[in-house]
Amino acid sequence: MAEENVDVLVENIVTPENLVYRKPTTLLDVDMHYCPGCGHSTVHKIFMEVVEEMGIQNDIIGVAPVGCAVFAYNYMDVDMQQAAHGRACAVATGIKRMLPDKYVFTYQGDGDLAAIGGNETLHAANRGENFLVIFINNAVYGMTSGQMAPTTLEGMVTTTSPYGRDPKVMGYPLKFGELIAPLPGVAYVTRQAVNNVQNVRRTKKALQRALEYQKMGLGFCLVEIVSNCPSNWKMTPLESNKYVQEVLIPYYPLGDIKVPEVKK
Amino acid sequence: MGEVKLMKGNEALAEAAIRAGVDAYFGYPITPQSEVIEYLSREATKRTGMLVLQAESEVAAINMIYGAAGCGKKAMTTSSSPGISLMQEGLSYIASAELPCLLANINRGGPGLGTIQPAQGDYFQATKGGGHGDYRLLVLAPYNVQEMADFVKLGFELAFKYRNPVMILADGALGQMMEKVELPPQEPRVNVEYPWATTGKPKNGERRVITSLHIQPEKMEEINIRLQQKYQKMKEEEVRYQTKNLEDAEYIFTAFGLVSRIAMKAMDLGRQKGYKIGWIRPITLFPFPEKIFQEVAPRVKGILDIEMNSGQMVEDVKLSVCGKTRVEYYGRMGGVVPTPEEILENFERMFIKGE
Repeated sequence: MAEENVDVLVENIVTPENLVYRKPTTLLDVDMHYCPGCGHSTVHKIFMEVVEEMGIQNDIIGVAPVGCAVFAYNYMDVDMQQAAHGRACAVATGIKRMLPDKYVFTYQGDGDLAAIGGNETLHAANRGENFLVIFINNAVYGMTSGQMAPTTLEGMVTTTSPYGRDPKVMGYPLKFGELIAPLPGVAYVTRQAVNNVQNVRRTKKALQRALEYQKMGLGFCLVEIVSNCPSNWKMTPLESNKYVQEVLIPYYPLGDIKVPEVKK
Repeated sequence: MGEVKLMKGNEALAEAAIRAGVDAYFGYPITPQSEVIEYLSREATKRTGMLVLQAESEVAAINMIYGAAGCGKKAMTTSSSPGISLMQEGLSYIASAELPCLLANINRGGPGLGTIQPAQGDYFQATKGGGHGDYRLLVLAPYNVQEMADFVKLGFELAFKYRNPVMILADGALGQMMEKVELPPQEPRVNVEYPWATTGKPKNGERRVITSLHIQPEKMEEINIRLQQKYQKMKEEEVRYQTKNLEDAEYIFTAFGLVSRIAMKAMDLGRQKGYKIGWIRPITLFPFPEKIFQEVAPRVKGILDIEMNSGQMVEDVKLSVCGKTRVEYYGRMGGVVPTPEEILENFERMFIKGE
């Protein structure tokens, strides 16, 4: 087929009445730095869809701390602050306490949230800070290329556990959601995944619920998302999604850990 | 004349914060400055609605300030030496992201856990950056309880003028001692919309991003150049100092903060013995008042720098006079406060008896 014919064909097909899918307008139309198949881009997209659908683009402030997603502000078209490694929940506390009527979220990895930022996360949860924490758990340090995370599974090989994580030496994989769920300041803790279409839809629903709870002023909401890291796991995207399903999810089971009682 | 009270330095600072219309205080208790958070917890919220939050650590407190300052609010903290060390990471980020905030270091003796007695061992940390990277705080050094109060409002004005953290560098004695203080009038808390503040993306404008991350070295250098230009402007416009008896001075005593008062007394004692001693007190430690030292250097026989540390400001004095006169240091460390008599004695030993 000649090139001009293809152009005409595309022009005829890409029309408003044929639209079945589009990027949310809240996601900037730029190339992402994430590796092919990485769960971050999926979570960015569905979270920005939620922001668009709820009509809160002008009323939400995000915090992106150190980790692969420190560049989230290059993609999410909302006001954002970059935070030091581990300090997202402290920064978010400062924002939310100053702007209680705005939506506030953090977007943190496992190392950031559960290792270096464990204290800030725990105390923000315990104060019942009324914001959303999106917690990407892929059991590895992505940005620094594959070191052990607090959530790395027993026996899992990383660059700093080259013979597999030995709990006797390196401690056990940390379930942070379960750890904070009993705290009275914590409203909502759920664990989701983005390794298949059904899980992506459930994750999106969870993110929306968390923002609704924030609007009701119910307190700290944690949406943990079990995700992949094809580059540092040295897998193809498909293999990594299979690994999420077969290895990670059995240790980090999906579903709600704590749900607030909301009067209908 | 405004309301006059007898107050501790820490309380005067806290009261001045309420009266300056500060939006938020985030802090963590540490001796000798816990009166600040105690006073504010008691008084601030009920009077102005100011937020007072006891953080889980100094690390958290300074990052809460980052968040609040990023929303364009007047946010502050206070601490003492070990706590200020914990805040250095956050201060580097705040300086790089160009956010305004005020903090006070009620300096105690160190290093390590040290002592709770007054000291000036944090001069280098305060004036040379403190955390990682090329940045500076604007540093104000009060010498009495009145300035502990006055420098709160001034500090916020400078912080917002330059979008830079401002530090009040005091010491345990200034925090704990009681003096008469004339309090400033109550100012309302005001809601100012700054174009850089993250308060929700404007309906008809670009999103705001507060960051200190610039992966491209050329971009990061650009930021560094802008920061240096800002510090240069501070050097041109914000230098503050106080002098006495410079007209006929053959010698200069110089000191900052509490020690400058002891040095003043030592100067008086020296003048009674016939020594023509003048006195220079740097008020801004960064920017350092280089010019006044350059001016007096060629016409004096020497400068005695007195500090409650091992000799830190003396390096800036020496850099300023550039070898044009003799500069000596005398000081005590670890929380010991020098007396006027011992300062004079050491002056005589070094400059008069020609040791």
